[in-house]
Amino acid sequence: MAEQLSVFVDNRPGRLNAITGILRDSQINIRAMTIADHRDYGVAKLLVNDPHLAQRVLMEQGFAAALKPVLAIVITDQPGGLHELLEILAARQINVLDAYGFVVAPGQRAVWCMEVDDPVEATRLLSTHGLHLLADGELYTKYY
Amino acid sequence: MSVPVWNPAIEFMEREALERVQFANLRQTVAWALKTPFYRRRLAEVGLTHPEDLSSLRELRNLPYTTKDDLRAAYPDGLLAVEVEQAVRLHTSSGTTGMPTVIYHTRRDLDCWTELMARCIVAAGATARDVFQNMTNYGMFTGGLGLHYGAERVGMLVIPASSGNTSRQIQLMRNFQTTVVHATPSYLLHLHTALVGEGVTVDQLKLRKAFIGAEPHSEETRRKIETLFGIQAYNSYGLSEMNGPGVAFECVHQTGLHLWEDAFILEIIDPQTLQPLPEGQTGEIVMTTLQRQATPLLRYRTRDLSHLVSGHCPCGRSHRRLARLKGRSDDMLIVNGVNVFPSQIEDVLMKTPEVGTNYLIQLEKRGSLDRLVIKTEIYAKLFTGDPRTLDDLRERISEALRSVILVKPTVELHEPGSLPVSEGKAKRVVDLRPAF
Ligand SMILES: [Zn+2]
Repeated sequence: MAEQLSVFVDNRPGRLNAITGILRDSQINIRAMTIADHRDYGVAKLLVNDPHLAQRVLMEQGFAAALKPVLAIVITDQPGGLHELLEILAARQINVLDAYGFVVAPGQRAVWCMEVDDPVEATRLLSTHGLHLLADGELYTKYY
Repeated sequence: MSVPVWNPAIEFMEREALERVQFANLRQTVAWALKTPFYRRRLAEVGLTHPEDLSSLRELRNLPYTTKDDLRAAYPDGLLAVEVEQAVRLHTSSGTTGMPTVIYHTRRDLDCWTELMARCIVAAGATARDVFQNMTNYGMFTGGLGLHYGAERVGMLVIPASSGNTSRQIQLMRNFQTTVVHATPSYLLHLHTALVGEGVTVDQLKLRKAFIGAEPHSEETRRKIETLFGIQAYNSYGLSEMNGPGVAFECVHQTGLHLWEDAFILEIIDPQTLQPLPEGQTGEIVMTTLQRQATPLLRYRTRDLSHLVSGHCPCGRSHRRLARLKGRSDDMLIVNGVNVFPSQIEDVLMKTPEVGTNYLIQLEKRGSLDRLVIKTEIYAKLFTGDPRTLDDLRERISEALRSVILVKPTVELHEPGSLPVSEGKAKRVVDLRPAF
């Protein structure tokens, strides 16, 4: 399973680019990033090519950063691509807690990342439906 | 097992009898006070010119307060109630402002103080068989001489080591098998580090008890000292205006500090309204000396904050107990008319492992209402990455604070290291309310 990096960040100017600056200095590439606003703070969620290194360098600079497994699923970048996936989960009463997506090859492939309430069952279910769940390394190969 | 006690007749005296002693001593104290120019004038203002004008203990409440500023203004002898030749010692305190105050003692005053100290020492379970190393300053600082005299009276073998020179302290402790020490909590923590540095383990010492005081400290610090040394540590309360140490002390049960009520009358007041507070509420400690002839003080505002511990101590002493000090009344904040002490906020935050030690208390005005904002830092190692956990944490801290300070604050979480560091006298309160 892919690992997502969560970083606690103050909700004020100059904090997000402090994170991206630290990652750049360690030659870490960001595949996707989303940020949720919680009034005084936010939690930035990142997919990066080396999540363990990213966590270490951010913690060394005083940031609170945690790693968490996340489902990263290849879907088709076509109408109904995402719907198909969500139908499968809904049919089994699996709840999506947080999600975001990014396009890999326009018109062909996109990646859908999500946290669900039952990741084990979701993984099993999606695999049996022939969907491709990406591992860490795969996120950065160009073959999917 | 019997309770160790120095003066059972006084220490277990029924409340009613104790209050009779207090009243008799209060009249005596007023008689002494009327010998000073300061109190003659001050008491005349409320119509008190003879000790007999006071007909009950309750009437103490009609007397004016005495403040530190009064003591400064009376320096050097405006509060001296005896002839100089009757006084045998004085202690001055320069304080942080540099304006000195002075307390004089007669031979009898010193004897009373020593007696109180002996009670404290025995209440904490020390005996004549103990070897006592006194690691606080001698001289003007009252802690050194106060404990020294008390320990001698109990019959302990006293080592007047005074403060500092840690290697020598360790050497003395080993050579004479010291069993009890008196020191500030921070010095004991330093001493432990030095022991480790010199390769001495606590098993090589005979230490069994420590009396700690002279600086504010938390229950966590006390427990830490107890664990590091494998001993019992007892909290003490005193202030130079009330002799020094020996005002209130923990007994072996460590359930609050017994205040010697035959020697002091205790009141707890609201520092804003100056009205007495119901028993158990936190406020400023006000004390009246009952046994000091040379410098009697009536209703002295200590600026220290605490509350009375309710119920009876298992030791059976009738003298009521003060809780650990909660800070200074000068630090008090008023939020929508409610008194809030920063130390209460700190207590709650320190008990929350998910937040760090740095915090900031911010007061804002929102319309006509005050808004209390508590800024804390999250503790990086306990960050899970789940924002819902953080929202819950914010709500949990806010609710815990509300139950203690009766005001529901807005709690903010911030990045580790983003708030002013807790070392030294960091400014932790920011008041952004416009002044009227
Ligand atoms: Zn007791």
